[in-house]
Amino acid sequence: MTTLPEEAPPAQVEAHDLKPIALKHPSWWAGSAILLVALASFVQILATNANMQWPVVGAYLFHPEILAGLQRTLVLTALAMIIGLAFGVVLAIMRLSKNPLFQAFSWAWIWFFRGVPPLVQLIFWYNLALLFPTIGIGVPFGPQFVAWDTNQLITPFSAAIMGLSLTESAYAAEMIRAGIQAVSGGQAEAAASLGMTRAQSLRRIILPQALRIIIPPIGNDTISMLKFTSLVSVLALPDLLYSAQMIYSRTYQTIPLLLVATIWYLVLSTILTVIEHRIEKYLAGDHLPGPARLQMAWLKRLMWRTGRVERVA
Amino acid sequence: MTMAHALLRVERLSKSFGRHRVLDGISMSVDTGDVTCIVGPSGSGKSTLLRCLNWLEVPSGGVIYLDGVPVGMRWHKGKLYEMTPNQLAGQRQHMGMVFQGFHLFPHMTALENIIEAPMVVKKMKRQEAVQEAFVLLDKVGLQDRADYYPRQLSGGQQQRVAIARSLAMHPKLMLFDEPTSALDPELVGEVLGVMRQLAEEGMTMVVVTHEMSFARDVADHLIFMDGGVIVEAGPPSVVLAKPQHARTKAFLARVL
Repeated sequence: MTTLPEEAPPAQVEAHDLKPIALKHPSWWAGSAILLVALASFVQILATNANMQWPVVGAYLFHPEILAGLQRTLVLTALAMIIGLAFGVVLAIMRLSKNPLFQAFSWAWIWFFRGVPPLVQLIFWYNLALLFPTIGIGVPFGPQFVAWDTNQLITPFSAAIMGLSLTESAYAAEMIRAGIQAVSGGQAEAAASLGMTRAQSLRRIILPQALRIIIPPIGNDTISMLKFTSLVSVLALPDLLYSAQMIYSRTYQTIPLLLVATIWYLVLSTILTVIEHRIEKYLAGDHLPGPARLQMAWLKRLMWRTGRVERVA
Repeated sequence: MTMAHALLRVERLSKSFGRHRVLDGISMSVDTGDVTCIVGPSGSGKSTLLRCLNWLEVPSGGVIYLDGVPVGMRWHKGKLYEMTPNQLAGQRQHMGMVFQGFHLFPHMTALENIIEAPMVVKKMKRQEAVQEAFVLLDKVGLQDRADYYPRQLSGGQQQRVAIARSLAMHPKLMLFDEPTSALDPELVGEVLGVMRQLAEEGMTMVVVTHEMSFARDVADHLIFMDGGVIVEAGPPSVVLAKPQHARTKAFLARVL
């Protein structure tokens, strides 16, 4: 074994005056060069391939039919998430309950709706009339008071909302359960020792802390949901994708219209990502005194402080 | 009933985790204004005893009376029923608890931690609760830290806020579960100082602790526990100076 001879530093130089010369990274340069060439050729293909028909893309990007589809996609995403999360909270609390029946129900619900593909559910809900021709309200095993024709209740839209939100409820329940469980048991004990009821402790102490943990996966799920909504095209519900499909089935401009849909999906998911990061940053900035806290205040009030002042007064 | 004056009375309390018997027939009583310190080797059941007192741990047997009323249970038409969670919550308001790990609410400032329970549980007006909270913060020497979040406070400061948070409910009794065990040695003094002051003001306290000097100086009663039973109890001057039991002697030889 040979060791490099230790070179003596030149005289009259103090070590702390020195800044070492930065390492060169030749492999970075080589890798970057390869990537840049690949990127350039990709851009060249995109720009020069006449089949992309960029002028057509431009013409349809803000087409009323596309914009109407875009709006429907947004409504579907928002509604499915809101309903899914609401069910998810209830399911998570049932799953954590000491009542074995609640636990089992929640487990079975999650097992079913997480296991059945959303596409299968959409078609199933849409064809519910084949299973139950009428739906009514009445006494279980007893008389019915009101009844509706299932075919009138189940529209493509309501079937889509059911399929998407029930799937979401199963995922949301698991996320919320994990969030609640991640809050230390000491927090619940401290709340209990102060005389808070379980509901008060959950609402004021546990859920606000769990929320911080749940926000990133909820953001993730919202972006997934945005994309899942494209499944509703099988129900002929004119969302963003189906609107594009309807146009290209008339004009045969398949690629440019798929590009239009792609661009809008990317724009929306980018916006959602930015919003999610903002909320995350707000929640994390909670521990800072001063301005960060003030900015946070409205969000906190909105989410878990509402109503208290009025009730006290 | 005799001993009607005892604020807290424990009768033949036992607790098992599975087949492991942690508490085995504990009987004790605490008078109003008394400070009772519970000492003993780890695993002797002291913390479990304290947690049973406010039913954070449900006893396997025995009865605890607070002000003559059974804790966690209630008489109804000659039968003893388990309390509903909300009834239990109502009872717990009267017993403040300070934990080894502080357990402040991390999403709230020191002030918000203190006003939370008075506002949510007692429906106190915010302004009133804040006023009281500042008096309590002053008492624990942290008025200038009102707007700090727990993670911006030292362990000693967090524990003092936790004490103020418990006091805000005006409990009849304060339970301390090894309040200084998680603290750096130089921070222990500030927490013990606050507890000393509370004792002087006449607060009834049950303190599980390893701080023998605190027990000697402040306690009216010292209880030595080992193996889930009370081995020896009495005034600290007697128990510490002339321990009767071999187990007490061995323990004191190790810690003093």
